[in-house]
Amino acid sequence: MRKIIRVGIVGLVILAWGSPGFGLSDVFKDTVFNPGILKPVDSVLKVKAGDPAPEFELPSLSGKPVSLSRFKGVKNVVISFVPAAWTPVCSDQWPGYNISKELFEEHDAVLLGITTDNIPTLYSWTKQMGDLWFPVLSDFWPHGAVADRFGVLRSDGTADRAVIIIDKNQVIRYIHVSDINRRPDLGLLMQELEKLDKK
Amino acid sequence: MKHRITGIIIGLMICALPGSSYSESKIPQAGDEFPSISLALSETSISREYLGVTGSKLFKISDIKADAVIIQIFSMYCPHCQKEAPNVNRLFEKLSQHPDLKDKIKLIGIGTGNSAYEVAVFQKKYQIQFPLFEDPDFTIHNRVGEARTPYFFGVKSDGAKKTKVFFSKLGGFDDPERFLNEIASLSGIKKGGAK
Repeated sequence: MRKIIRVGIVGLVILAWGSPGFGLSDVFKDTVFNPGILKPVDSVLKVKAGDPAPEFELPSLSGKPVSLSRFKGVKNVVISFVPAAWTPVCSDQWPGYNISKELFEEHDAVLLGITTDNIPTLYSWTKQMGDLWFPVLSDFWPHGAVADRFGVLRSDGTADRAVIIIDKNQVIRYIHVSDINRRPDLGLLMQELEKLDKK
Repeated sequence: MKHRITGIIIGLMICALPGSSYSESKIPQAGDEFPSISLALSETSISREYLGVTGSKLFKISDIKADAVIIQIFSMYCPHCQKEAPNVNRLFEKLSQHPDLKDKIKLIGIGTGNSAYEVAVFQKKYQIQFPLFEDPDFTIHNRVGEARTPYFFGVKSDGAKKTKVFFSKLGGFDDPERFLNEIASLSGIKKGGAK
């Protein structure tokens, strides 16, 4: 009886809590898969602020591979790992960055968007967002290898929702792994980039 | 103990009932009451004068000095809203220049899931002259039935501090003038629309 009551309470809490607010754009119509509420974070970081950033090279939508080291001594790098194409929160994250190019440039930073999806999937998905000014990279094969190197690969093969700031010396300055069900605030990211300017 | 558990269950069931702020409510349609939402004026806001709002920092739609209010639900992260922004600016321009309607119909935007910073980015990017408000924790978004963006509501006061919906539509509009005509007509402010 107690077990039934406990299960009932859990069920009602879920009902009462409702679905997370996605605020999904109509541009995606009914093409976006709703995975429901997921475990907020399902990975353990393998790097921390102050560590040298692990080098990587990944295929990009433009057809040319992009390596982290190409930005060494030239640009600060912001990596935006998002979990998966065609999912609600992710579909409404990069389009916001897409109208914020000047803000990244103010801090001499480039943005790299990474998911563990393959290139054709990323192509179709990002087409809905308009022309993105930043490189979109596929960490599909070896599956999630780069996400795993940073420690943001979830147990289901998607990436956690993470923002990582790497300075021009290729040292990690900031890591924020946010609740996968929520979009991180752009303002907080810009605050962290401002700190780089002062160093 | 049993009473306490029963109480918790009943409480949670009430929370889960439609209409509760914790549950998914439906998108208000024409004829429905618009949910009572609170918006915050910033200190430097031009909104106070435009909206004719006096008093405390928080105000409600029914406090806006106008016969009708167009509410755009948008997000800076929404590609459709980005594409629509210049068109909504043209709507505001037409409205502001219309001698009969500029004081009767007011336009505001609510950035669903957007922080004040994010709303400011959108406002600056598209040079938006009408007031925009943040909804960082999706409170308003939930109250309006988790409407997708962009979404437009036309609302008017029923005279008893209640706000009724007369227009409810998902997506943008092609022609700002036609849209304004439709709003003016449906609101009953101008028979036959804005001419």
